[in-house]
Amino acid sequence: MAQHDTQMTGAEILLKALVDQGVEVIFGYPGGVVLPIYDELFKQNRLRHILVRHEQAAVHAAEGYARSTGKVGCVLVTSGPGATNTITGLTDALMDSVPLVCITGQVPTHLIGNDAFQEADIVGITRPCTKHNYLVKKADDLARTVHEAFHVAKSGRPGPVVVDLPKDVITGRGEYQPPSRMKTKYKPQVKGDLKAIEKAVEMIAAAKRPIFYVGGGVVNSGVAACQLLTQLVRMTGYPCTQTLMGLGAFPASDPLSVGMLGMHGTYEANLAMHGSDLIINVGARFDDRITGRLKDFAPTAKKIHIDIDPSSINKNVMVDHAVVGDAAHILEDMIKVWKAKQCRPHEKALKEWWATIDGWRGRNCLHYENSNKIIKPQYAIQRLYELTKYKNPYITTEVGQHQMWTAQHFKFEQPCHWMTSGGLGTMGYGLPSAMGVQVAHPGALVIDIAGESSIQMNIQEMATLCQHRLPVKVFILNNQYMGMVRQWQELIHGGRYSESHMEHHPDFVKLADAFGAVGLRATKPSEVDDVIKEMISVDRPVIVDVRTDASENCFPMIMPGMAHNEMVLGPEENVHVEPGSDEGGMVLV
Amino acid sequence: MSNEQEIERHTIAVLVANEAGVLARVIGLFSGRGYNIESLTVAETDTTESLSRITIVTSGTKMIVEQIKNQLRRLVPVYKVADLTTDGPHVSRELALVKVAGAGEKRVESLRIADIFRANVIDSTNESFVFEVVGATEKVDAFIKLMEPLGLVDVSRTGVAAIARGANPL
Ligand SMILES: Cc1cc2nc3c(=O)[nH]c(=O)nc-3n(C[C@H](O)[C@H](O)[C@H](O)COP(=O)(O)OP(=O)(O)OC[C@H]3O[C@@H](n4cnc5c(N)ncnc54)[C@H](O)[C@@H]3O)c2cc1C
Ligand SMILES: Cc1ncc(C[n+]2csc(CCOP(=O)(O)OP(=O)(O)O)c2C)c(N)n1
Ligand SMILES: [Mg+2]
Repeated sequence: MAQHDTQMTGAEILLKALVDQGVEVIFGYPGGVVLPIYDELFKQNRLRHILVRHEQAAVHAAEGYARSTGKVGCVLVTSGPGATNTITGLTDALMDSVPLVCITGQVPTHLIGNDAFQEADIVGITRPCTKHNYLVKKADDLARTVHEAFHVAKSGRPGPVVVDLPKDVITGRGEYQPPSRMKTKYKPQVKGDLKAIEKAVEMIAAAKRPIFYVGGGVVNSGVAACQLLTQLVRMTGYPCTQTLMGLGAFPASDPLSVGMLGMHGTYEANLAMHGSDLIINVGARFDDRITGRLKDFAPTAKKIHIDIDPSSINKNVMVDHAVVGDAAHILEDMIKVWKAKQCRPHEKALKEWWATIDGWRGRNCLHYENSNKIIKPQYAIQRLYELTKYKNPYITTEVGQHQMWTAQHFKFEQPCHWMTSGGLGTMGYGLPSAMGVQVAHPGALVIDIAGESSIQMNIQEMATLCQHRLPVKVFILNNQYMGMVRQWQELIHGGRYSESHMEHHPDFVKLADAFGAVGLRATKPSEVDDVIKEMISVDRPVIVDVRTDASENCFPMIMPGMAHNEMVLGPEENVHVEPGSDEGGMVLV
Repeated sequence: MSNEQEIERHTIAVLVANEAGVLARVIGLFSGRGYNIESLTVAETDTTESLSRITIVTSGTKMIVEQIKNQLRRLVPVYKVADLTTDGPHVSRELALVKVAGAGEKRVESLRIADIFRANVIDSTNESFVFEVVGATEKVDAFIKLMEPLGLVDVSRTGVAAIARGANPL
């Protein structure tokens, strides 16, 4: 009898497990098989549910929530089409190491495999796009599985986890297990090997032309890791470059920062990588967008790699020394060892190294020709930065030129304020992601810097923003083109602009109005400041349509198949690359 | 440099939770990332802990083989990955069932070769034999090759099972 008292329905077990995991918000969309869960949600008020307009957006929103808080994002969708709509979001989260738990409904266990109504083999479909996934077969296993799902999502290299719940498990009865009773064999290594750390510190102290190459892993590791990294970089006085995902891990305004590296990185960052004698990689994965032509990548440098995922090490680039573990733990030990050994950088060599770097900096590679007639996209972003920085805003982006210009011209001083789709490059990421950020930080200024094409991929979420009173600002750099595609066609495909121009766009001001948001427009440089100020002053969702120069290209750029020291700095260089010129190894594509 | 690019063959032993979908995860990893599988065998080996052992023979450059092992270790239900090729001496065996059909001199010759290879006849009719041959992959390959001109009609192979020499477990 007592046994019977402790039994709960699967839906009750699920919600209790989520609460016990510290979940406060679920991004979701209902449907047939998950209705019993929605019924339970209706009866309680511990968990807030944000009703999106498309399941892909629920996943991106959970990503924004997770990346801006360091917590695990949570998604709930129905079986079949609800679940398949999450695939792009899950893949995005996998590529960018974002911790998520996505609960999907499934047809009852006895119907699995029958081509039942709204059945999809979601465990099969999501196997390659999740860190791990589960099909729960009985209510008794549900609590333990949910707890393990959260553990897997956030431990080690973070990632998305799917928990598939057949309807009979949701409605069936079972025993609840608290998180403390969860047993798991999944225990990734967190502490770094001390001997390996000592050797790394020795290599760092001995370097003459060193550079820190910092990635999203430091942000994953947490705010403390970013502070420790900043401390270590300042102790050494060495230059520090960040990947797209690592922006904010080290303050952009620090004189030791040489900015972003890679395809659209700065001249000084890429040349410093190329000319260095030691690269200290902390939580970055030698992505092909940063290495360029592999055989000419940093030819004179020894490489140290600090990463929590052993499979990131020696994947693209062979390194000389690796330390496996969590960045915060390893950095803390490195600082201790550096102090204990009373290490000192090689003063004379470092001075020369900085003189060389300052020479490269003198090229002022992010310079562009401004205009007083037409709005230059870089100018719009610079003004946005200057006029909003006092509010310490959260910035998300879509994918394209506007994303790269933001990375170049918006200065990030802190981690977790920058959300962008780096690995998958998902157009349509920015708006829902901003929504998730705003949910997590209700009073903050949250801006999605968008392109007019990308924004249309998840524009339906304007309705969600209005319904939940989430005052996200959408700042569209409207160049009337899929600018990034147009740029490649100009530079690589002989100016044949095949399908990169959308003949027709909505009137974004009227569109904002139709959703119940506020629409603003700037067509001249002199109007930019005013629309930004007005945008900030409105406590509602806003779309700002900034009409920018349609022909502007994003520079600097390492052309496909080229190496770091072959950067193109600006339009005056008259570049032309043959398509498919990828002579061997991995190249930028 | 040339050494780095050399293709090596490795036998990898993987201890996994015996749960639905594990094999799909392992195979999906190989196909998704374009790794080679030359042979793969799997069976439950520990019923109390519910563990299965997968033996994979794969090939690639040193860097790729390292990647394969690290990628396998990332899978949540994978508990242990050992490279038998590099971790010390090991023994490996494969079993094949080889059907040969024919008459006259060829039939006699196939029996003679089977004898040299210590293959057993486990089924016979007036016009066919099924041989059971056990050994290292190369031996099984050689046996099959010799049977080809003698009326080889069908082969079923188990794939490689391998284990480290000496007293220690995986
Ligand atoms: C249009 C476009 C252009 C782009 N151009 C550029 C460009 O010019 N420059 C650029 O840099 N990127 C660019 N990117 C992004 C690029 O594709 C990659 O997403 C990015 O470079 C990867 O960043 P990362 O190396 O920091 O790795 P991430 O993807 O952030 O991976 C993090 C790494 O850290 C490790 N890690 C995770 N957690 C921890 C922890 N706790 N402790 C230690 N390690 C940990 C992980 O195992 C992984 O190896 C572009 C993307 C797009 C869409
Ligand atoms: C979902 C998706 N489809 C296609 C692409 C390829 N792609 C990359 S950038 C881009 C154009 C983006 O145009 P826009 O949003 O207007 O940004 P802009 O480059 O003009 O700033 C396209 C089509 C992508 N990254 N994502
Ligand atoms: Mg555009």
